[in-house]
Amino acid sequence: MPNMNDILILLPELCLVVAACLLLLLDAFMAPARRWVLHWLSIAVLLVAMYLVMAGQPEQSISAFNGMFVRDRVAEILKVFALLATVLVFIYARPYLIDRKLYVGEFYTLTIFAVIGIMLLVSAGSLVTVYLGLELLTLSSYALVALNRDSSLSSEAAIKYFVLGALASGMLLYGMSMIYGATGTLDLAQLHTAASLHNSTPNLLLFGLIFMIIGIGFKLGAAPFHMWIPDVYQGSPTAVTIFIGSAPKLAAFGMAYRLLESGMGDPSLAHQWQQMLAVLAVLSLAIGNLVAIVQTNLKRVLAYSTISHMGYLLLGLASANSEGYAAAMFYAISYALMGTAAFGVILALACAGFECEEVDDLKGLNQRSPWLAFLMLLVMFSLAGVPPLFGFFAKLMVLQAAVHANMLWLAIVGAVFAIIGLYYYLRVVKVMYFDKPVEGSEHKPQSDLSLRLVLSLNALALLVMGFCWGPLLDWCKSAFPAV
Amino acid sequence: MITLAHFIVLGAVLFCIAVASLFINRKNVIVLLMSIELMLLAVNINFVAFSRFHGDPAGQVFVFFILTVAAAETAIGLAILVLLFRNRSTINIAQIDSMKG
Repeated sequence: MPNMNDILILLPELCLVVAACLLLLLDAFMAPARRWVLHWLSIAVLLVAMYLVMAGQPEQSISAFNGMFVRDRVAEILKVFALLATVLVFIYARPYLIDRKLYVGEFYTLTIFAVIGIMLLVSAGSLVTVYLGLELLTLSSYALVALNRDSSLSSEAAIKYFVLGALASGMLLYGMSMIYGATGTLDLAQLHTAASLHNSTPNLLLFGLIFMIIGIGFKLGAAPFHMWIPDVYQGSPTAVTIFIGSAPKLAAFGMAYRLLESGMGDPSLAHQWQQMLAVLAVLSLAIGNLVAIVQTNLKRVLAYSTISHMGYLLLGLASANSEGYAAAMFYAISYALMGTAAFGVILALACAGFECEEVDDLKGLNQRSPWLAFLMLLVMFSLAGVPPLFGFFAKLMVLQAAVHANMLWLAIVGAVFAIIGLYYYLRVVKVMYFDKPVEGSEHKPQSDLSLRLVLSLNALALLVMGFCWGPLLDWCKSAFPAV
Repeated sequence: MITLAHFIVLGAVLFCIAVASLFINRKNVIVLLMSIELMLLAVNINFVAFSRFHGDPAGQVFVFFILTVAAAETAIGLAILVLLFRNRSTINIAQIDSMKG
């Protein structure tokens, strides 16, 4: 029977649910001119939830509601950074939303509900919780993508996202049903035990595993299941793209970890999914880095860059040991911070009637606003993995984990594609610093103080973290004690 | 005698029909919504059959969750569809191609 203790374990999530409902009510009864109250309240609520996650963190992993919900170090770290990324999203998105008359309460409540989905997903202890958390996240995201109701591109992106997302959920569920059939349990811990009882892997289990990997690949956006990423990134309002490109990546890592390691982590099975993840990783690295070269739309460049980054994340997951998981989690965190910063610069440059979506829109940015150009330079170098920035160490860790897991060839592929990928990141830098500005493109960047301040901190953090990444890596490693 | 295998085959056939119609259908978005629904129902058949086979009610409880989420999903899908029709005056899949590359 659920008792008070179970509810206390779920406190951060419950607090967010209540707050989201109250914010929705508040928005309905408040004059539009006072919407800044809603904005800062939403940020405060997220910070409170972040405090509750960290303050209530138990020493050991505990579970609530008969193992449906797990609270451990992995969940803690992922939740803290997902909440942090969402706070950044709210701060960066505000001026953009005001300019486009999209400054509505739904943006805040839907995003908070998506974050609750992320928090449930990374804490899942059962297949049911995985599914419910995932659907809460994706259903809110579909609505967010269609936020700009009068934009034809936005609704096209939403319907594509919806159909492919629903297909992915269907695949995942079909896999879950097969795994349930093979083991007779939905609980991930029991599933782990049940899977290890067999001497040889039953076909039903393997069949379910393949479908589940397809579902995970879709949600991560790994090739060949990446078709939705570029269109959704391009079509949705940039204020939504920045969210979809940051916090849900942490959730996707959490989901893959829960399903693959907590559920199917038995060595005989792990050997099977390691091979599949390795294939996905190589394909993502190749497609992401090569197709990004020919893109002219900045949001599409970043979309293909996401696909290649998911390849690196899979490299860490494919190692299937504590070092690999820690490296993959470190990578997911670094990517979330780089993603918010990259789209943050776009949001800072976009003003009313100017989207700043094309790479050419950045021409001569150094002469127009040198500080923003410098921040973008930091982000691009970090995404490319140039030392001594944060992104370099994240890449180094996953490559090292792959080498230690006897997958030298994967690490070599990863390193080669990192060099190929350098080309399109440097192209952005070249356009900003060496091209002449186009006549009549004198758009003023956003002057919102909180945006400029936090964005500067965010981008400079990428530089600072390049020198003191040790504590964060140790924190990630503490979540995965060596077996 | 109807055995577990019959139900699993039925589930698999329905699932294949749904996935095939998602890919073959090039005309209408509403048909896509129907295929998605069929896909989830195929999964439900699997769950109920396995649940009965194992004598474990958890699988049937999962089916309730899936049905509820599927309803919410369809509602959002139809809302997006209305939006799409208002912006484009068409729901023909072949014409939803303004983003490429």
